[in-house]
Amino acid sequence: MSTVPVENRKDLLPEVKDDATQGRSTQQKRVKQKLTSRRATAAAIIIAVIWTIPTFGLLISSFRPESNIKGNGWWNVVTDRQFTLENYADVLSPGGSQSPNLLSYFVNSLAIVIPGTIFTLVLGSMAAYMFAWGRFRGKDGLFIFVFALQIVPLQMALIPLLQLFTKVLAIGDFQLLPSGTYAQLWVAHTIFGLPLAIFLLHNFIAEIPGEVIEAARVDGAGHSIIFWRIIVPLATPALASFGIFQFLWLWNDLLVALVFSGGGADVAPITQRLAELQGSRGGEWQRLTAGAFVSIVVPLAVFFGLQRYFVRGLLAGGLKG
Amino acid sequence: MEEIADKGIQVVVGLAIFAAIIGLIMLVVDRAPKSGREKIQVAAFLAPALVLLAVGLVFPALQTSYLSLTNRDGDFVGLENFAWLFTQPEALVTLRNTLIWVVLVPLLASSIGLAYAVFIDRARGEKALKALVFMPMAISFVGAGVIWRFVYAYKGAGQDQIGLLNQVLVWLGQEPRQFLLDAPANTFFLIAVMIWIQTGFAMVVLSAAIKGIPTEIVEAARLDGASAWQQFRNVTIPTIRGSLIVVVTTITIGTLKVFDIVRTMTAGQYETSVVANEMYTQAFRAGEPGRGAALALVLFLMVLPVVVYNARLLRKQKEIR
Repeated sequence: MSTVPVENRKDLLPEVKDDATQGRSTQQKRVKQKLTSRRATAAAIIIAVIWTIPTFGLLISSFRPESNIKGNGWWNVVTDRQFTLENYADVLSPGGSQSPNLLSYFVNSLAIVIPGTIFTLVLGSMAAYMFAWGRFRGKDGLFIFVFALQIVPLQMALIPLLQLFTKVLAIGDFQLLPSGTYAQLWVAHTIFGLPLAIFLLHNFIAEIPGEVIEAARVDGAGHSIIFWRIIVPLATPALASFGIFQFLWLWNDLLVALVFSGGGADVAPITQRLAELQGSRGGEWQRLTAGAFVSIVVPLAVFFGLQRYFVRGLLAGGLKG
Repeated sequence: MEEIADKGIQVVVGLAIFAAIIGLIMLVVDRAPKSGREKIQVAAFLAPALVLLAVGLVFPALQTSYLSLTNRDGDFVGLENFAWLFTQPEALVTLRNTLIWVVLVPLLASSIGLAYAVFIDRARGEKALKALVFMPMAISFVGAGVIWRFVYAYKGAGQDQIGLLNQVLVWLGQEPRQFLLDAPANTFFLIAVMIWIQTGFAMVVLSAAIKGIPTEIVEAARLDGASAWQQFRNVTIPTIRGSLIVVVTTITIGTLKVFDIVRTMTAGQYETSVVANEMYTQAFRAGEPGRGAALALVLFLMVLPVVVYNARLLRKQKEIR
């Protein structure tokens, strides 16, 4: 890959800034800068290629007939152009128990991730607002404690939490958060997402000019009005960018699902099903390739669809140190 | 279809209950009595997040800490589990691997992400180039596991290779290798997957930070005749230091907690286990909750310095303000 002549890739070269400073720089310096940027471009292209090829290979493979996937490498499509949608039909269809039945699990993933993200954002920003602008004793200490909770490994909390859901929050057969529904997953994800949400949103909300909030206070606005009318609209970029990350993290999750979903097509997310297929059918590449792509369609759509908003949010100061 | 409708109803009901709870909290905030109003409002905003964290993280973590001092029958055994952890070869391999992970992933993911962000800054097609490297971030760990197991796939020397990496070896005149089976190199092949995922996160955040550098500073450096490298070292790095620290610490914490990649690709066999995976294996598979809890505590102690550093930095920033 590194042999690709870089000069021919004009489309990927950084634009040479045509400003006043350039006229003042010497010929020698300009050559040196150009060389550096050319080398930088080459490095960037190599990184981009390495980062893309594994996914690209899997995408190509998912459209190849079973015998071809197992018989030779996906790069052979250059000479052997056979494509099929059968792999996708196979993994999505709700066939017997042998079928991957991914459509059901796909719906589960959405049903887990969307509320899980909303709950974390609302509760996280409410707490972040108080940590930034509330007046109470022990604020800094409590905030650092919440931040420190990020390091409590998920595994440390799982078993006591499962017991809490099934035994403590239950009266007889009635469970406050019934098993076999999404409720346990929503609450668990919210708990595990809160420390980071509070920390990142606090950093943003603390940057909001104090005069704005002071002015509202003087006008007699209470915390709920300030929060919903001033903080939330001004923090939208940060909420959006954290929301996207949280969405992706929840979609990524396997461990929490393993513990709280029970594993059936009623509740379990698509990652859990895909992990099962990897374990039991590790060599069934026609199913794994198509299944992997079904599982990454939504996060990719979210990312590409909201990318502009996401980047704008970051530029407005989200996550700035 | 009926199944999907049922799941949709569950989500709507869940969201409605959540909205009702938040509405109730806001009502309390608005109707708070004049005396002690501020205190009640602060408490109402913080309560949902703090109660969830206390019940779902703090209390379970304490319970797990006690567990680390007990054996599989629940009897108190003092530090026996920790003695096992620091003397038995299998446990020592796990600790060694975790150290390798936690050094390599944040270092390489942040450096590659930063380099890439600098290289493509203001390049034509910057958005597309960014999307290519960020894309793995949107892919679930389980999906990434499928993608990379396919890259590492092994076939005997005489057969057609279906894994890209082995095909490259064959093209170079080498024997195909079992990348995931041969220790100790296999750990590095797992680490590559994590770097592949995390680089995009580092790149997006750092790129935004780079774009936030005031143009006057860059222009001033350029007028002073600073070379590209000097600009990078003396202008870019110090200005984005805050974001850089956020990125490194976030990836460090994520790496220490990594579980899915090891679980789905090797299940921790062939000397690839890491602390987070071994904790799951000991606690949920081997019936040794005490050892699992001890591993969790070790994880906690490893992240502690990172968090302390971050917390001190945070305090310093507040003082400056």
